[in-house]
Amino acid sequence: MFKMTPNIMRNLVVKKSTRMYPAQVRPTFDKVRGELINDIESCILCGTCAVKCPSQCIAVDKKVYTWTYDPFACVYCGVCVDTCPVKCLSQKTQYRPPTGERLIITLQGQPRKKDKTKDKGSEKETPPDQEMEKDASAETPEP
Amino acid sequence: MRKTVIPFGPQHPVLPEPIHLKLTVEDERITEAIPNLGYVHRGLERLADVRDFHQMIQVVERVCGICSVIHALCYCQGVEEIMGVEVPPRARYLRVMWSELHRIQSHLLWLGLFSDSFGFESLFMQFWRVRERIMDISEATTGNRVIVSVNVIGGVRRNPDPEQLRWVLSQLEWVEEEVRRLENTMLEDYTVKKRTVGKGVLTRQQVYELGAVGPVLRGSGVAQDARQTGYAAYGELHFEPIVEIDGDCYARSKVRFRETLASIDLIRRAVNRMPEGEIRVKLKGVKPPKGETVSRVEQPRGELLYYLKGCGEKTLDRVRIRTPTFANIPPLLVMLPGHYLSDVPVVTLSIDPCISCTER
Repeated sequence: MFKMTPNIMRNLVVKKSTRMYPAQVRPTFDKVRGELINDIESCILCGTCAVKCPSQCIAVDKKVYTWTYDPFACVYCGVCVDTCPVKCLSQKTQYRPPTGERLIITLQGQPRKKDKTKDKGSEKETPPDQEMEKDASAETPEP
Repeated sequence: MRKTVIPFGPQHPVLPEPIHLKLTVEDERITEAIPNLGYVHRGLERLADVRDFHQMIQVVERVCGICSVIHALCYCQGVEEIMGVEVPPRARYLRVMWSELHRIQSHLLWLGLFSDSFGFESLFMQFWRVRERIMDISEATTGNRVIVSVNVIGGVRRNPDPEQLRWVLSQLEWVEEEVRRLENTMLEDYTVKKRTVGKGVLTRQQVYELGAVGPVLRGSGVAQDARQTGYAAYGELHFEPIVEIDGDCYARSKVRFRETLASIDLIRRAVNRMPEGEIRVKLKGVKPPKGETVSRVEQPRGELLYYLKGCGEKTLDRVRIRTPTFANIPPLLVMLPGHYLSDVPVVTLSIDPCISCTER
C-alpha cells in the first residue's frame, strides 16, 4: 500500500530537482548546437549553406553580396556549419534569447579580391514584412 | 438500453496529442469506439518531392519528436541499402547507443504519462526527473536534446571520445539506480494494479490477427521485435525481446519498464564493444539512389517501416512511412468495448499513442 513512501521521505532531504530559472541557469555542454554565427569577413558567399540547408533559412545573393539568415526558420541542425568550405560559419553553445519580434539577419559581404583590405560586415535589422516578401520570392516554386 | 455517444478527445487532459474517439456508451459501459484522425497532418511525405535525399533526414526526424533518431536511422538505412553504401562498424555501434537512449527517454516519458493517466502525479514527476538525465546525455553527445540530427547517409556526424563514453556509462548507472527505486511503486503498488490489471486485455491470437506491434504485441506473449533482424549493430549484441503474457495494461507497462532497464544494458554492451575507426564514409562518386527498398527498425512504440523509391535523381520518388501507432489503433478499438468510461484514458494510453507520427 505505501510503496511510494520511502521515495517521498527521501525527497524531503535531497536537493530540488528543478532550478530557479532565469536566476540560476544550467551550464551548457561543449558541443551544443546553438546560435549560428557567420564571420562575414572570411565568407566567400559561395551559397553552399543556402543549398544544403533543409529548412531553407539561409539566402545568399551573389549580385549584391548579402548573406541573409532567418533564425526563426532555422532548425539548428548544423548542416551548414559542416559543409561550409571556408569554415566561416560556427555555432555558439548558447541558444538565441527569446524575442517577441521576428528577426532577420542580413550581413553585407564584400566581393572577392585578392588584395582586398578588411572591411567590416554590418549587422542590421530589417523590417519583417519587407523581408518576408523577399523570402517568398526567393523560394523555388513548387511543381 | 439507451445509447449515448460521448466524444473522447481531440482535446483531453490525458492526451498529449489530438486523437478523437467517438465512444458509444450504454450505462457507462462502452459498446463501440470509432477513431477520427487527421488533426495534425503535416504532409511530410510529400516534401520528398522538393527536398533532396540528404535534406530529407531532417524532415523525417520531425515525423516524431520523441524518437527522431530512430526515424532518421530507418531512413538512412534504406537509402544506404539502395546506394550500396557500407556503414563503418563504429557508426553502427553509435547508432545503437543513440537509438537506445531515445528508447529509454521515450519509455520514461510514457511511464510518467501513464501514471498521470490514473492520477498518480508524483510518480509522473519522478519518472520525468530521471528522464531529464537522459536528455542531458543526448545534449552532451549529439548537440541537441530531442531532435538530434546525428545520422547521415553513410554514418554518423558526432564521434564521442572515450572519456565522454565513460561519462555516459556513469550517468546511466545513476539512471538505473533511480529507475529501480521506482520499480516497486510502478509494478507492485495497490492503486496502480487496481487501475491496470485486467484492463484492455488482448489475447495472443487477437494481437497477432489485428497486426499489433511493439509492447502491445509483446505484452500479449508474442516475442517479436524488429531488433531481432540485427540491423545496425544489434546482431552482435545478443539482443533478446522482452515478453509478458497477460496482455493487459499492466503487462504492457511492465514490458516498457523492463525494456528501459534492458536498453541501459544494451548501451553498456554497445559502449564496451565499440570498435575504433571511421564514423562516416565519403559519398564522393556514389550516384544518387536508384531503386526501391523497405527498411524496418524498432521504435519505442513498435515496428517502424519505410518504403523508399528513388529514380537516380536528387529527390526521392516516394517516401512511405508506416508508423507503429497506426498499426496499434485497430487493437485499441477492440480493447475498449466492455470497459467503464473512466478506464478509457488508461486503456488508450497503454498503446502509447503518438499521433503526429501516425499522421505524418
